[in-house]
Amino acid sequence: MNIAESYPALAQLKGQIAALAPAAGTGQLGRVSFGLPALDARLDGGLARGAVHEVLPESAADTPSACAFALMMAARTAEAGGRILWITSEARIRREGVPYGPGLAELGVAPDQVLIATVPDELAALKAAGDTLRCPGLAAALIDMGPARRLDLTASRRLALASAQSGVTAFVLRDRSSVIASAAASRWQVAAAPSVPLPGQAPGPVTLALALVRHRGGVPPFNIVVEWTHDDRSFREPTLLRRISAPVERRQMVA
Amino acid sequence: MRVVAVDEVADLLGLTVDMTLADARARVPEVDSVPHDAAADARLLDAIAEGCDRFTPSVAVDPPNGLLLDITGCAHLWGGEAGLVSALAAHLIKAGLTLRLALGDTPDQARALARYGGDLLRAGRKIPPRNIHDARPAYAPPVDATEGAAPGLLDVTELPVHALGLGAAKTTALRRAGLVTLGDLAARPRAPIAARFGQAAVTRLARILGEEDARITPRRALPACGASCRFADPVARTDFIADALRDLAAQAAQQLAERHEGGRDFGLSLFRADGAVHRLRIETGQPSRDPARICRLFAERIETLADPLDPGFGYDMMRLDIFRTEPLAAAQAGFEEDQAPADALALLTDRLSVRLGAGRVRRFAAGDSHIPECAGFTVPVSSPVLPLTVHRTPEPGEPPLRPLHLLEPPQIVDVIAEVPDGPPRRFRWRRQTHDITAFEGPERISAEWWKRRDGAGLTRDYYRVEDSQGRRFWLFRHGLYGTEKTRPDWYLHGLFG
Repeated sequence: MNIAESYPALAQLKGQIAALAPAAGTGQLGRVSFGLPALDARLDGGLARGAVHEVLPESAADTPSACAFALMMAARTAEAGGRILWITSEARIRREGVPYGPGLAELGVAPDQVLIATVPDELAALKAAGDTLRCPGLAAALIDMGPARRLDLTASRRLALASAQSGVTAFVLRDRSSVIASAAASRWQVAAAPSVPLPGQAPGPVTLALALVRHRGGVPPFNIVVEWTHDDRSFREPTLLRRISAPVERRQMVA
Repeated sequence: MRVVAVDEVADLLGLTVDMTLADARARVPEVDSVPHDAAADARLLDAIAEGCDRFTPSVAVDPPNGLLLDITGCAHLWGGEAGLVSALAAHLIKAGLTLRLALGDTPDQARALARYGGDLLRAGRKIPPRNIHDARPAYAPPVDATEGAAPGLLDVTELPVHALGLGAAKTTALRRAGLVTLGDLAARPRAPIAARFGQAAVTRLARILGEEDARITPRRALPACGASCRFADPVARTDFIADALRDLAAQAAQQLAERHEGGRDFGLSLFRADGAVHRLRIETGQPSRDPARICRLFAERIETLADPLDPGFGYDMMRLDIFRTEPLAAAQAGFEEDQAPADALALLTDRLSVRLGAGRVRRFAAGDSHIPECAGFTVPVSSPVLPLTVHRTPEPGEPPLRPLHLLEPPQIVDVIAEVPDGPPRRFRWRRQTHDITAFEGPERISAEWWKRRDGAGLTRDYYRVEDSQGRRFWLFRHGLYGTEKTRPDWYLHGLFG
């Protein structure tokens, strides 16, 4: 027998709570697919829209990869149009460099679609994130919280509610060292993975090792290595044999 | 050492400006002297000018100790010229200043009356205009006034010739010629005066007499339009100020709507009762005349002040200026409450720009250059869109050839290569060694020799590399080995995703 049935008061309370909290992260606003059927099938179609998803680099050196993953997913979210706001911090720019427009274009993300806001510190980042997620004019937001010491359960719950209300899907980049409980719909750990080299031992397409660490919908954690292709802005399985038939020659590029 | 300024008591004791300090000490042994601090004087004058902004937006500094206010069209707000003069005098005397005020038809006339009218009063009429308490402001009647000068007012023609400011030699020459007042000079034909004393003498004479008008250059740019309000009692409460701002914004919006324009650049001046002025400035990405939006952005601005607004004993005046306007057609408001998404986004970028600083919200722009840092950069989001150059679209099936993050400036790294002009094998960056397992290059980018006079500049050989962990970097060798440099340095320029 269900506990809720034996305690009507409990069932009533549960109903009240459910009415108070909008269904954050349940995918009522639709889902963002990865474009990789194997991955989408595990996640019931992809990541929930109008929710906050956390992206963690496996180590500090993987931050560019985590950032790229968040940007790729933001670009997939904004496939139908709409802007992406990328909130980054001064500390991040000092460490990793400035976001580079041609690099975005090479990833298949239209640079015209992306706005960059640079915040001086974490409090400003959190405040800007709150405003951003309340703005229905955006398609997606990429929020780089850095060490994210202030992004506790309350703050992340606030962001999740704002996101559910406005429908803006947020990808929050935070360091692994600071991970505490949060209200994010999912949490991903991203690392760079060796790519399948092109003929002539040239680095191949962007390859990422993803790990789903937490999922609010109860999807069990798993690991997967994926490749990003900018042609159709989607993920695919890394194929060792894809280019074996191409003529083996040294690729020369002289500008 | 010479005396630069004397106070009232010293003046009564017969000490004058420009006498030597030794002389002054000999006459009055107990005289107290302070070293002259010209910079502090300039700061004080600037602060006073800032405070005078409440009377007219057009204030100019006349160094070392004068201010010129253009009160055209402002006097009626204070109940006429006399009202404005008494309000100005009261304002400045409250701040503990000794002053000489003069009104004139031209800036030069007012200036001459204020600076030399006092001497005239002292010399001729025995009224020492030491302080405004006992001195009426010198006032030149309008040129076309038929009833003549009002009693007690100065006539500009009675001013001494050194009001022309021609320098000691020419002034002495004028006096020797028997020309003591400007009236004497004005009665004579101008051509011989110009021939003898220079064209400047004639020009200044004409300006002082009001025959020729030269406007002042205000220290602040004049707003396109604006609204102001004064409070009967100084207010210190923020909610009153917010209410007043809402009224001002509504008035300004009305003006803008009549002009079919929207403001891009708004300034709010809060005049404190003690003369201090607080100024806030906001800019919007798109022209706007929505009072609620203007108020919200100002509220945002006030919230982000590092040094919070200190109302002190309260503000007694507020002014909203619109410095830059752009055409904005009237828009039909919809029945639904929802804002259009584009409008919501513009509001968000404006708010973030106000809070973080104007240059902190940016968008990408492509440059017409091969040099990577010039080929792509960011510009403030409010800057105009120039779609002359676009980002390169990637080749299908190619991996990214440009990094997601660009290090500015490039960071020097230790590289081990098999041969000096060959590809890198291993590099060390931030105390970490990366073994290169895959590379592509060189992509040779030469310096823009066609833009440089000497045609010099080092060629960069870019390599896209991947280390054993799968992390991708963008390295370049600065200078061609052998021909351009004997030991070229290696730099890390970007990080791929």
